[in-house]
Amino acid sequence: MSVPPKSEGLRAWLLNEDFSSPAQARAHQAYVTWLRFSANPLALGGLIVVVLLVLAAWFAPWIATHDPLEQDLARALLPLSSAHWFGTDELGRDVYSRLVYGARTTLYIAILVTVIVGPIGFVVGAAAGYVGGWVDTVLMRITDIFLAFPSLVLALAFSAALGPGIENAVIAIALTVWPPVARLVRAETLTFRKADFVVAAELQGAGVARIMFLYIVPLCAPSVVIRLTLNMASIILTAAGLGFLGLGAQPPAPEWGAMAAQGRQYLLDAWWLTAIPGMAILLVSLAFNLLGDGLRDILDPKNA
Amino acid sequence: MIEVENLTVAFGHGPRANRVVRGIDMTVGAGECFGLVGESGCGKSTLLGAIAGRVKHWQGAITIAGEKVGPVKRPLAQLRRQQMVFQDPFGSLHPRHTIDRTLMEPLRIHGIADREARVEKALEQVGLPGRFRFRYPHQLSGGQRQRVAIARALILEPSILLLDEPTSALDVSIQAEILNLLKDLRERSGLTYVLVSHDMAVVAHLCDRIAVMQDGVFVEISSRDAMIRDEVHHPYTRMLREGSLGYRPAAAVPPG
Repeated sequence: MSVPPKSEGLRAWLLNEDFSSPAQARAHQAYVTWLRFSANPLALGGLIVVVLLVLAAWFAPWIATHDPLEQDLARALLPLSSAHWFGTDELGRDVYSRLVYGARTTLYIAILVTVIVGPIGFVVGAAAGYVGGWVDTVLMRITDIFLAFPSLVLALAFSAALGPGIENAVIAIALTVWPPVARLVRAETLTFRKADFVVAAELQGAGVARIMFLYIVPLCAPSVVIRLTLNMASIILTAAGLGFLGLGAQPPAPEWGAMAAQGRQYLLDAWWLTAIPGMAILLVSLAFNLLGDGLRDILDPKNA
Repeated sequence: MIEVENLTVAFGHGPRANRVVRGIDMTVGAGECFGLVGESGCGKSTLLGAIAGRVKHWQGAITIAGEKVGPVKRPLAQLRRQQMVFQDPFGSLHPRHTIDRTLMEPLRIHGIADREARVEKALEQVGLPGRFRFRYPHQLSGGQRQRVAIARALILEPSILLLDEPTSALDVSIQAEILNLLKDLRERSGLTYVLVSHDMAVVAHLCDRIAVMQDGVFVEISSRDAMIRDEVHHPYTRMLREGSLGYRPAAAVPPG
């Protein structure tokens, strides 16, 4: 009998259900999830675009052909060419290079907002749902107040009060994004609060914090991950909107929304100034939406 | 082992309160298996829940192993004394915890050392092979899950096991397996059982004494032998007993 090739051995190890360690159990779960995810071409496409975005942001200095801030008025508003792949803007800066560096700003905002919003949503939602009573009432009324504001208007007011800038844009967007997450976690928590496995843990003496973080959070995590991925698109759009209005990233820093805003004065002469960053925003938002939909198909316990 | 005096559980307040358990007195001796039978909604699960600590708003007195327990919060040492096995093995195990994690959790909560060996021993006690240890509940069958639930209850080494319809969600072929496992465990380690069921046959298989419950009160407390010999007095007990004997077509019953 011949020895199976190494990759076959790994595959068998991953698919074997007679686990010998927790690590193998987790690897098996991850591998089976990946197999289901990769069967969905649209979601896979979304993932590829997102990965490319991350790579572009990470390796921006190597990928960009020019310095994104370098001005050359002699070469202003040049159309697309082999020297300047996406043309140049009104100050002679290379649009392609600014687009690549702009990916950093976009990702920075999207990731920072998500990192702030996730834990807040979890804690507020799980506490409201599990503890209940007046804690629930107080937390949910606060959530209602934040939900009552149109998100862009709240972000506008916040940016205007704190002054324009990326950090303030992040805070402003985070303020408008956490309430739906908290609501979602609360709703999910309510469905698990009376479940037998939670009662079993209570009867064994598990405390409130233990039940919230070790029992309820892992069950809410898939829907929150899906929600946050789908939110990425609206975060990027809001960030671009704030940039467009001059309240996000400040010049000369490259940011897609601000780039599109600056280009609109030259829309008839130099369409690429607005169209290219606009296409980038569209593509990335779409990719995050497709990725979120794909994640919903594989992670949502209701489909399992 | 368990003494319950004048236990009343009501849901709601005032004149519209729904009194589910109405002044129950019961005593369960150490090593005894006490059965509670009755139809759905008679209050048997609520009574068990009050003893377990799941139902928190009861009046009366419950004494477990000589210690009075309070309705709201019990110290860890009191919680450890009794553990519960639930009806539905699909809902009683956390879907994202491996079997190993499910069994480790109670040991971590109670700060018990030597966890590896205890988990292995618990799996062996309920007759599950060690290769199931790192599986998730969805990779097990209903009967296997119920074995895990029993192992989770046993791992804290309680002296009392509270069984809430432990077999009614299982296939008939698996029911006998689980009942025999419970019987063996009791014979080996001298556990005290309180078993709730609507199935007279299940209760008679395991229990020494059987209480028949209707509308929140005991209508009769009988022994297994009396139940088998048909020496029961209350008409409701008689009805449940007849029901457990199975369906007999009218033509098979001699007229008269």
